[in-house]
Amino acid sequence: MNVWRYGDNINTDMLFPGKYTYTCSTREEIKPHLLEDLDSTFSKNVKEGDIIFAGKNFGCGSSREQPVVGLKAVGIRAVVAESFARIFYRAAINQGLLLIECPQAVEAYSKGDDIELIADTGKIIVGGKPFSFPKLPKEIIAIRDAGGLLAYTRSKLKKR
Amino acid sequence: MSMTFVEKLLSNYAGEKNVVPGQIVTVHPDHLLTHDNTAAIIKKIEPELKKYGVFSKSLPIIVLDHVIPAASEKTSTNHKVIREFVKTHNIENFFDVGIGVCHQVVIEKGLGLPGKLLLGSDSHTCSYGAVGAFSSGIDRTEAASLMLTGETWLKVPDSIKIMLNGILKFGVYAKDVVLHIVGDISASGANYCSVEYHGDIDQFSIADRFTIANMGIEMGAKNSVFFVDAVTEIFLDSIGVSSSSYNPIFPDRDASYLQELEYDLSEIVPMIACPHTVDNVKPVAEISGLEIQQCLIGTCTNGRLSDLKVVADILKGKQVNSNVRLLILPASKDILEKALKAGIIETLIKSGGVLLPPGCGPCLGAHQGILAPGERCLSTANRNFKGRMGCKDAEIYLASPATVAASAIYGKIIDPREVMK
Repeated sequence: MNVWRYGDNINTDMLFPGKYTYTCSTREEIKPHLLEDLDSTFSKNVKEGDIIFAGKNFGCGSSREQPVVGLKAVGIRAVVAESFARIFYRAAINQGLLLIECPQAVEAYSKGDDIELIADTGKIIVGGKPFSFPKLPKEIIAIRDAGGLLAYTRSKLKKR
Repeated sequence: MSMTFVEKLLSNYAGEKNVVPGQIVTVHPDHLLTHDNTAAIIKKIEPELKKYGVFSKSLPIIVLDHVIPAASEKTSTNHKVIREFVKTHNIENFFDVGIGVCHQVVIEKGLGLPGKLLLGSDSHTCSYGAVGAFSSGIDRTEAASLMLTGETWLKVPDSIKIMLNGILKFGVYAKDVVLHIVGDISASGANYCSVEYHGDIDQFSIADRFTIANMGIEMGAKNSVFFVDAVTEIFLDSIGVSSSSYNPIFPDRDASYLQELEYDLSEIVPMIACPHTVDNVKPVAEISGLEIQQCLIGTCTNGRLSDLKVVADILKGKQVNSNVRLLILPASKDILEKALKAGIIETLIKSGGVLLPPGCGPCLGAHQGILAPGERCLSTANRNFKGRMGCKDAEIYLASPATVAASAIYGKIIDPREVMK
């Protein structure tokens, strides 16, 4: 597992350039352009189970969902940040991408630290130091447990 | 119990007596805005649309604006798919290529009204707070779900009260005010919050309020709002909406806020956001003399008639610098028609401006004015992220229409008061 470390205000153009927004929407179309203008090594080297550590306001900017769909598609297990922008946060719930808002864990991380993530109990261990993060409200867990928002909506429609 | 604007509005929509920040409520928005991304949204739910149809034909507002006219076979096919969807499902509110930028269209057509709740799969959906609506951005998947069910969840946000006191000085505009605030509280300073503007608001037209509400997302806000007053009523009346057709919402006097901020408007000077974040804000005078190659007037932030008029007044009888391309992008057909009648467009073209069709144009870097490596653009838009205008090795600066117009003449960034005096 690799950890990718980025700073504050990682915006949606850095995560997925706007020029592709209306021509790339499938997972395979998105993947090669992920983080293209921020870190050209990312899309080549990212592996299933990798984690991103970032600073404040991760995902700020546009409502485009390609950043979230793409990070999920390449197998990012979680994004741990000091804080997230709200549209990105909602999009992550809707796609089932785990976001962990935990400034202490971000501060504690140094290159090479082992990371252990126990999502169910809201715990992350960074270089031997444990940190807890708040559990999601029940309404949101229901969406996640259904397998994302569209699966949740489909099951609701069937019950009508 | 005393409530803020957003607490009152969300308690209405949730059918609860009162709500508190942090509470999750289920709401049925009045409208769902989508644009060129409608093609990708409906593709996610093709079988469900066949089986269940759209929740209601009056819910969606669909505006083609992001890549218009289509720049490729792929984007023209998207537009075609959207037009077919609109016909099949008898969507009531559809605005094809050339009508305008979606947010401008929502306000002009009277679809964003005081006390209403609108969600849209575009981050600048927060603009409709200009007329006292609650509006906020969502992603494509949530828009798809709303299209089918008409409902979603919202977390009741904390509120921030911003007092704008005093009168703006000559040469200083609403754009300078909002840049000043974003620079002060940072790009995440209002994260998850509802931002209310109070104070000496009656000096701000609906166009000014639009500019400020539009950039709420650039401080992380869920929504931004100005409260209905005589200015709002006169504007709504001018577009044929009578005051009996909406119910304005006002916060209680003793409502509780997460934060209260005060700004003395008379102290604000022309401001500019420097690369590559919107909160990297300085007084224009501090970076005066920096050479520019492209200027953009327009977008949902500053493409209204009053903006074009300010630019025409500065450019009249003058020429744009030979090293600069000046792109003019009216926010709607209605604005373009009025600007034509007033002779504004003629002035802009004679000065060397290049007119683009009403839409998003080069703002998001998809077409019509992509920058080259090493170039610098001065724009009235709302974002200066690296790569935003199609090239990661270019720089974008954001300022008021007056600052952009004055700088276009000199080919260098300049405080507009130097030219306007």
